[in-house]
Amino acid sequence: MKIGVVIFPGTSGDRDLIHVFRNVLEQEVVELWHKDTDLQNADIIVIPGGFAYGNYLRPGALAKFSPIMESIVAFAKSGGFVLGISNGFQILCESGLLPGTLLENESMQFVCKNICILPHGTTTALTASLDKNRPLKIPIAHGQGRYYADKEELARMRINGQILFRYCSEDGLISEVVNPNGSMENIAGICNEDYNVFGMMPFPERAADDELGNTDGRLILESLIRFVKGTA
Amino acid sequence: MKVTVETARELGLLPEEFEMIKKILGRDPNYTELSIYSVMWSEHASYKNSIRWIKTLPTKGKALLAETGAENAGLVDIGDGLGCAFKIESHNHPSAMEPYQGAATGVGGITRDIFTMGARPIAQLNSLRFGDINLEKTKWLIRGVVKGMGDYGNTLGVPMVAGEVFFDDSFNTNPLVNAMSVGIVQKGMVVSAIAKGVGNPVYIVGSATGRDGVHGTTFASASITESSAEELPPVQVGDPFVEKLLLEATLEVIPTGALIGMQDMGAAGIICSTSEMSAKGKHGMRVHLDRVPIRHQNIEPWEILLSESQERMLIVVKKGSEKKVEEIFKKWDIPCTQIGEVTEGNMLEFLWHGELVANVPAQSLVVGGGAPVYDREYREPAYFNENKKFTIDQVDEPGNLKEIAYHLIKHPNIASKRWIYEQFDTMAGNSNMTINFPSSAGVVSVKGSGKALVMTVDCNSRYVKADPEVGTMIAVAESARNIVCTGGKPLAISNCLNFGDPYNPEVYWQFVKSIKGMSRACEKFETPVTGGNVSFYNQSSIGGKDESVFPTPTIGMLGLMENKNHHTTLAFKEKGHMIFLIGRSRNDIASSQYLYSYHGIKNSPAPYFDLDEEYAVQQAVLELISKNLIQSANDVSDGGLFITLVESAIPRQLGFDITTDAEIRTDAFLFGEAQGRIVVSVSPSRETQFIDHMIAKGIPFTTLGHVTKSEVRIDDESYGFIADIKREYENAFTTLMEGK
Repeated sequence: MKIGVVIFPGTSGDRDLIHVFRNVLEQEVVELWHKDTDLQNADIIVIPGGFAYGNYLRPGALAKFSPIMESIVAFAKSGGFVLGISNGFQILCESGLLPGTLLENESMQFVCKNICILPHGTTTALTASLDKNRPLKIPIAHGQGRYYADKEELARMRINGQILFRYCSEDGLISEVVNPNGSMENIAGICNEDYNVFGMMPFPERAADDELGNTDGRLILESLIRFVKGTA
Repeated sequence: MKVTVETARELGLLPEEFEMIKKILGRDPNYTELSIYSVMWSEHASYKNSIRWIKTLPTKGKALLAETGAENAGLVDIGDGLGCAFKIESHNHPSAMEPYQGAATGVGGITRDIFTMGARPIAQLNSLRFGDINLEKTKWLIRGVVKGMGDYGNTLGVPMVAGEVFFDDSFNTNPLVNAMSVGIVQKGMVVSAIAKGVGNPVYIVGSATGRDGVHGTTFASASITESSAEELPPVQVGDPFVEKLLLEATLEVIPTGALIGMQDMGAAGIICSTSEMSAKGKHGMRVHLDRVPIRHQNIEPWEILLSESQERMLIVVKKGSEKKVEEIFKKWDIPCTQIGEVTEGNMLEFLWHGELVANVPAQSLVVGGGAPVYDREYREPAYFNENKKFTIDQVDEPGNLKEIAYHLIKHPNIASKRWIYEQFDTMAGNSNMTINFPSSAGVVSVKGSGKALVMTVDCNSRYVKADPEVGTMIAVAESARNIVCTGGKPLAISNCLNFGDPYNPEVYWQFVKSIKGMSRACEKFETPVTGGNVSFYNQSSIGGKDESVFPTPTIGMLGLMENKNHHTTLAFKEKGHMIFLIGRSRNDIASSQYLYSYHGIKNSPAPYFDLDEEYAVQQAVLELISKNLIQSANDVSDGGLFITLVESAIPRQLGFDITTDAEIRTDAFLFGEAQGRIVVSVSPSRETQFIDHMIAKGIPFTTLGHVTKSEVRIDDESYGFIADIKREYENAFTTLMEGK
């Protein structure tokens, strides 16, 4: 199993992801520089959080033009597994690999804290090993994480089971009060129609290391690895 | 243009300083040269009114890897072949005028200081002071400063791990914005701020140079007045994206071994970096200013020299290694331009299209070289003795203690600053150990080792105003106490000395006393001063009347936790655990938040403090932690014992039931701020061992009570349930900011 971690200028979550995949989950990791086009035979491509191109214009707007993105789009179209976290999620939406878009938080402020999310359905690679009745405590850190899609799109996503995570309370209640950014329907994570491209605003790798006292995020990354291993 | 003593005066130089310059050069300076001296000899760059006293601070310690003040930041040995670079710095004046950019570039500047040494920044901290929170202007400043710090630091991906915020009317015009950065470097990879080796090329890397911040250093060396807005030099504008690229590129260049030296450009830009690096290396430098990439046309050579454009570095490269260096900066799309070379001698020669526009000895510009050093007059202000006349008997003990308790819980100096810190990325880097284990100080894991760094920023400005010497000792002691409560051993400090006008003898007295207090406390705790900065002229001159801010010598302290298993949180763990107070309760309410805001009594001495007692209490707690005898530790500070207990109770939504002491007035017992006290909780299975240990050590301690399921009870009276107290504590500040 080989994980490819993409690095754009301004990416900052790469080191955290590499640490978790390599030292906590014991997987082989390759770094993919945005100016390259070779995905180095990675089985899963992960686009980390951060501020690719300083989020100039809007998050993801410039990153989608980097040479590596062409290869990632082709990889995804041929069924390859791609996960975007936070800024990575924004980039995947901008490149058209995921539906919808991420707008500025309703509060107009950056927000970083532990929140809870509830998995919906357990049929995708990202959620296969999760318990849909158990909320996961995972950190968020973003200024533009308000998920938006038009009504038809949203309806389609619901029917197809593309909504993977919703913000919830500690005991799993989904309500406006626990929506940290004003996302439609409390959406925190989604996938594409073919269930191989994933985006989520919370950072699973920030809840993966025992010494930080929270490992709920590790379950998500483990689910992905286990599933992809099974299909390989 | 012919310069005269009048020109010198306009540039902020004294007539005698103008004479000194003529003597150094053996001729009249030209305008460019005079501008150079005006910024390099400004208070901000030369420390001319503070250096004499700064030099008396203790700077020796076996863990120090760099001489104090000799590099961009302090450097401390943390074992395993690693060093920790850290420094705290002010950005007060820019933040007062343009809070967003002022605070943002403050973060940018201090972070550059860290990675310029070769260290990867792993944490940042902040210490903020604002005026009356009910003023719209204060809210505007808070919003700007918080967003500025957040946008910059969040983009860099460096977590904010601790901070403090304090409000007092004295900061209405002039807020304080102090930022600290901490980084880790492999010992062999440390880069020095030095220029040497004749013929080695000198490069400028990073952003193009514009007019921003020209004379910013001189601006920082004067008071903010009603007309400051018109006199304001263009404030520096930061671009955290460029800084992030600069950071990564720099850290990639260093292991190639191609660098001789590197310094970031902050205050006084190119002139500061070229002169300091040359003076340090005892070499000269020839610099072609016309080769510096510029942002706008018609910029004058002196403006290029003085510009404080952000995200720039000066590097000296080993001759023959140019290609290696250029390629790495190209990979990161960072401009990298050779602008000169190292020369023999010690002259700095600045050329403009081949013509020599300035020719000055590097040594004559820098601190410890030719920069002026002044003794300033100081005089004890009358208020100091007036304060001492206060006794607790002048205040009748109030009947309704619950009202005081809720007044304090909701006070902006005490209530949760969630509204602020949730705008900072506190978890980037995957190593902040206090998110899920709240502690008195920040804890950052050193990945791949059993160790963690412990860090804090502290200063109670109210105590320092009341008694600068004792107040500053308390600032050091409180920093150490926070580190100790967390399970770390204090190692060293960096300081940020925020004061008023040094030419005012009463202000200078505060400064001198503060330095004396800092020296005594740092010697006791064996925490040498590794660097920092001085910010004078923090005052407002409104309607012809000077009002200094509360003197604020902010302490940024670094500690080391040798064993991550010793990480101790401030949170009570379980119902039924015993609560003890280590240290002695006192009949003291002096300078407490309670006395100041509830009774409105502004003049009283600093709270009770005894340096030796304090040290003994801290040593006892460190031993308790290493013997695994306590479940939690939290120090008594702002708001007194009651607030300490509330802070420990909130994380797990537990309550507490305690009994006060008949010998001590109840308001002093609960809300007094006497120093040298730490609240610990102990599980019943360890109680005997704990008591035996404390008795053997001879440290005073008392049983306060026990942890309960959710109710807060004092002397058998209910103070409410923790869920309600928590709601008040966590929402009070947001309500003040948002009005909801």
